[in-house]
This record gives sequence, structure tokens and C-alpha cells, in this order.
Amino acid sequence: MSFLTGLLRPSLPPGEHFGLLAEFTSPAELYHACEGVRDAGYTRWDAHAPFPVHGLERAMGLRASRLPWVSLLLALGGGITGMGLQGWVSTLAYPLVISGKPFFSWPAFVPVTFELAVLGGALGAVFGMFAMNQLPTLHHPLFNSQAFERASDDGFFLSIESWDPQFNPDRTADLLRRLGAKEVELIASAPRQAPALGGATE
Amino acid sequence: MSAPHHSGGTGPRPASLHTDALHLPPGHSWHRLPTVGLTLAAVGLGGSLAFGLLGGTEARHQLWHSWLVGSLFVLGISLGALFFVLVQHATQAGWSIVVRRLAENVMGALPYLALLFVPLAVLGLGDLFHWSHPEAVQSDPLLQHKAAYLNVPFFLIRTFASFAIWSVLAVWFSRQSRLQDETGDHEITRRMRRRSAPALILFALTVTFFAFDWLMSLDPHWYSTIFGLYFFAGSVMSFFAVLALVALAAKRQGLLTLVLSDEHQHDVGKLLFAFVAFWAYMAFSQYLLIWYANLPEETSFFAKRMVGTWSIAGTVLALGHFIVPFFFLLPRTIKRNATALRLAALWLLAMHLLDLHWLVMPNLHPAGMAPGLLDALTLIGCCGVFLAAFGGALKRRALVPLRDPRLPESLTFENV
Repeated sequence: MSFLTGLLRPSLPPGEHFGLLAEFTSPAELYHACEGVRDAGYTRWDAHAPFPVHGLERAMGLRASRLPWVSLLLALGGGITGMGLQGWVSTLAYPLVISGKPFFSWPAFVPVTFELAVLGGALGAVFGMFAMNQLPTLHHPLFNSQAFERASDDGFFLSIESWDPQFNPDRTADLLRRLGAKEVELIASAPRQAPALGGATE
Repeated sequence: MSAPHHSGGTGPRPASLHTDALHLPPGHSWHRLPTVGLTLAAVGLGGSLAFGLLGGTEARHQLWHSWLVGSLFVLGISLGALFFVLVQHATQAGWSIVVRRLAENVMGALPYLALLFVPLAVLGLGDLFHWSHPEAVQSDPLLQHKAAYLNVPFFLIRTFASFAIWSVLAVWFSRQSRLQDETGDHEITRRMRRRSAPALILFALTVTFFAFDWLMSLDPHWYSTIFGLYFFAGSVMSFFAVLALVALAAKRQGLLTLVLSDEHQHDVGKLLFAFVAFWAYMAFSQYLLIWYANLPEETSFFAKRMVGTWSIAGTVLALGHFIVPFFFLLPRTIKRNATALRLAALWLLAMHLLDLHWLVMPNLHPAGMAPGLLDALTLIGCCGVFLAAFGGALKRRALVPLRDPRLPESLTFENV
């Protein structure tokens, strides 16, 4: 069980601060900032935009995703399972003569093999994506930032995590400002205290 | 796509396009395509007619069967182009604008390819189709049963109607597209979209019955309702192979170098891959049902193709038309690599040709494969006609739809 709950817990940088969050005003600025952060040698960081920005993966220097391999492996696994199960049942476990055909009538097994390969590939793609994105993550330290709420509306953000070997709260913040950040915010690791219900705000 | 497509100079795109790169420049070697094509056509078709018609009955039978394979090979490519253009309009596709003119030029061959079927219809019917002989029908209750459909006048009417429909569609959609180059009228785009869906229905019906008529009725006792789709799947695949080859060749020849990107190549590769899989889906669906039911009137098709070297051809098709290209084309990097995609396209064209040979020739050579000079000559001749028509269309207009409203979208297209 602890293994499963461990899977559900996102891997986050230890320590008091999650990292720095920088806000940019346009996708083009975000794009160029990503190039700058990439060229500065940072490795543990991410970009956030309300819509897909084409070419951003190149600007960020991301490797090709390994997700297709997960999908392919599970597709092959599904196909082998489908053909293997039918072959085993029809030749060894419960051989029956069906319309005078051989026990191992592979053409008849192809539809199920195909369907299980598709099922395996699809499940691999969906759940592999979930696993690689560490989803579901119910809370994330970036939610501590009020400004970050606009990442799904009209805000363009770049976050650098504190466990990046290059990370230094001051120098990294300077770099982000030099790259055109409108606002740079230090993000705490601990969740923000929820405001008391019905309480006075002052 | 509803998301914004590009965001202010984010990609490594050229800042300006020179209009001279969008037309075939004067003196470019592709201006000679019509001459080369016509020469090949004269040599190939003339030679095959000389050998076939002067060589006795056997050579004449061979001539028309080979001629049929060659004609269907180039016809399939052009029909695939028509299908592609219609689907791009029906789906309002943005990415494909930069390759659509190349496809329009390929489908522009359709009226000329009708000429290839004139000798077949005038001289070849008797040698190709058992059912076209009244005395054969008289002694065969099954053929009598089918005579209301399978008779020469109705067959010729259907063939004529198919070519008329294809030619009208090809000419109309090409002409509208070219008209837009001049006027830039967005209404033309809407008009083509509105007409594309009914055109696709006509396309589906004509291609199905054309395949029934010219391929399936070679063996008039046999029938398979999926056969039209089988021919369609292989044909569209062969078109995407040609589109990939033409686009890559154009870039190599210094045409459209700023327009066609790896992204467009990738998408053509994806469609090629998709139709490799779709052909296999159709081929296996046909095989599975016939194998499972095991009814003599249906199994005769495969029984015929399990004799001698035909069974080797069938195995080569299963491996070379599906298994090998499927796994070869699967990785993203292969589809984005010009050399690898060119190799796959050439290979698949060869496989499609073998597929047509495998469909037609067991009727003539039941004992085993017997490829010969007439096969080569007719193929060269038919490809020559196709090349001449394609080259002629290429010269007459810009290489991309210059004022299509979605051209900017296509130019900046990227696979996410």
C-alpha cells in the first residue's frame, strides 16, 4: 500500500521553498525566456501557458517523450496475451474441433489479438501519461501563488525548482528578471493557510 | 484546432517567401516532364501494342491483362489524389494547403487516364472478361443470373460514368483552386467545402463499382462486398507514397524549399502509415470472413492464389505490404527523415503494383507468376501518360494555392 500511496505523492523538492515562479506577458516572451533558462543549464524547471505554444519543447530543450515506448510495450503485451491465451485454450487447455479447422486457427484469433493490442496501447498511453505527469496531484506548491491562477487563463509562467543544482534564490531570480519576467515570486513548499471561513480579513 | 496556431515568431521559420520559388522557374528540369512522359508513353504503349497485337492470341491476352494492371496502377494514384483533395476540403484542413496543389496536379491526370481505358474497352473486353461472351453466358446459370448487371453495354456505361464523374470533379476542384490564386476570393473556399461532401459520396460509389467491374469481374463467379474498399485502400496508400516522393523530389530540385517543412513531410508519412494499416485491415477482413465461412464460391479467390508461386506473392504481400512497412514507419523519426520516407514510399509503390498483379494475373496464369516484357512495357507506358499529365498540370500554375485563406496556417503548421 505504501508503494501505491508513494506513487500518488508527487516528487517535490525538499526544503522550505519549492522554487521561483516568474510571470511573462506573452507567449513569445515565455518562449525566449525558456531558451535563456535552457542555455543557462537549468534542468528542473517547467513552463506553464493557457494553450500549447508551438516549439516550446525545443525552446525548453526537452527530450522526446518516452511515452510511445510505454504504449508500444503494452500494445505488444496485449497482442501477445490475446494470441497466447486463445492459442493456449484452443490447443492445450480445451481443444475443440470447430468447423473442421485446425486447433491453432490463428486467423480466427486475430480480431481479439488486435483489440487487446489496441486496448494495451491505449491504456499504456493514458496511464503512462498520468504516471509521467505525476497525476493525480491534488495539490501543488505552485498553487500557493495567487498569480498562478491565471496560468489557465491569460498568464504565462516559468517555474524553476529549488532542487535544481544551479538554483540560487537571488541569482536565479536575477536571471529571470533579465529574461523579461514581469514578476518573480518565491514559492513556499508548505500549503498556504486556508482563510478562515467568515472571519474578518484584517 | 481552436488554439492559437503560432505565437509571434516562435519557430525557426523564414521571414519571407519568394514568389519565384512558388512557381516552376523557367528552365527548370521539371519543364521536361511532359516530353519525358510522352516519350515513355509512346515507347511503352506503342511497343506493347506491337508485341501484343502481332504476337498471336496468347500475347494479346497478356497485353490486355498487363495493360489493365498498368492503368489501374496510375489510376489508383490519381483517384487517391482526388480523395485527398476532397477530404481536405470537407474537413477544412489547414496543414495540407502547401501540398494540396501537388495533389491537385496528380488528380489532374484523371481525364487523360480515361484514354488508357479506351483500348481496353474497345479491344480488350473479350480477352479480359469471360462474361462478355454471349455463348459463355448461355451455358452458365450463374452468369445468366448476373447478366442484368454484367453485360457489355451497362459495363461501358458504368465505366464512362465513373470517368466522367472523376474528370468533372478533378477539373472543377482544380479550376476553383486556380481561380482563387487570381481572385483570392474566400467564397471559393466555402464553395469547395460545400461541394466536397457530396463529391465524396459519388467518389465512394464510383470507385466501388469500378473495382467490382474491372477487377472483381475478371473472375465473374467470385464476389466480395469489401472488394471496393480493398482497391480504394491500396490506391490511396499508393497516392500518399507518390505525394511523399513528389514533395521530397521538389525540395531536392530547389522547389518549395521554404514552404514544405519536416512537419508536412511528417503528416504525409503519417497518412501513408495509416493507409498501410488500413489496407491490411481490409485485406485481412476479406480473408478472415472467406476463410471462416469456407464456402466454395468465396474461397475460389484464395484457392487460385495459393497455387505455385502465387502463394509466395501472397506471403510477400502480407509481409511487405503490411508487417515490415508498419513497423518501419511507426517511429516518428523515420517519417521525418527524407531518405527513410523516400525508401518506404518506393517500396510501398512496388508492393501496390505487386498487389494489382496478384489480383489480375492469376486469372491469366493459373499455374504461377509469369511476369514478362509486356508487363514492363505497359507499366512504363501508363506511368508515362501519368507523368505527362502531371508535368503538364505542374507547369500551368503556381506550386501552392497562393491565396488560400489557410495558407499562413499551413506554412506555420507544427505537430504538437
